[in-house]
Amino acid sequence: MGNGTSIGRVRGLGSSHHGAHHWLASRLSAVGNLVLIPFLMVSLALMPTHDFATVHAWAAKPIPSTALVLIMINTFYHARLGVQVMLEDYVHEESGKVAVWLLVNTLPLAGAAYGIISVIRIALGSA
Amino acid sequence: MAQARSSRPLSPHLQVWRWGPAMLVSILHRVTGNGLAFVGLGLLLWWTGALASGPEAYNDFLNWVWIGEGGSFPFVTAILGKVVLVGLTWAFFQHMATGLRHFVLDVGAGYELEANARWSVITLAFAGLATALFWAFVLLR
Repeated sequence: MGNGTSIGRVRGLGSSHHGAHHWLASRLSAVGNLVLIPFLMVSLALMPTHDFATVHAWAAKPIPSTALVLIMINTFYHARLGVQVMLEDYVHEESGKVAVWLLVNTLPLAGAAYGIISVIRIALGSA
Repeated sequence: MAQARSSRPLSPHLQVWRWGPAMLVSILHRVTGNGLAFVGLGLLLWWTGALASGPEAYNDFLNWVWIGEGGSFPFVTAILGKVVLVGLTWAFFQHMATGLRHFVLDVGAGYELEANARWSVITLAFAGLATALFWAFVLLR
């Protein structure tokens, strides 16, 4: 980073070439959701009933439970990226930024972990 | 907020611009995305968590969100539940359509004023239509 010209004073600040990774990860996880969420919606729509036995038996099968685990990983990751961008636009105070950074790096992981444990519990036949 | 205290002019915000389709769907992309993130994923976890916890927890979930029996409180939440589920379906289709629009814009196409406005309106029409068809199929078949 130089200190002479105005471009020299700002070069190296900003995203410093890391912004592209966030952008690309958002797109890649979007493609994942484009497959996974319609699979979930069509599966739910085609079920004869939505009582416990029917839905549990469906979710316990290998392909649906794999899809559900992937949904837990992919949707929470995609949501985490998108919510971060929203918060970056609206939270300006330094203390708020720290709180938001903490939440965005912990809550989605906790949510996904709870979801994955639930699906594994269904798939392995307990409860 | 450091910028607000300086004497430099603020960039113009929502109230300054004349509303157009591209502006609307851009805002909707953010609103639906965050709605899906907070409400949608919350409901997804409640659903899978209840399904993993057994028939009693799952029937409670169904009752709160859809059936609404046993008092005025579940009755009200079941109405809200239906509104939220239809809303989430629409939010998904809208977010999906505007997301696909972003893919097109990402490769550098669709920036001409007319094409941009046309595709923006198409995402709105698609989301409304897809939501109606999905729920018609679920409820009427």
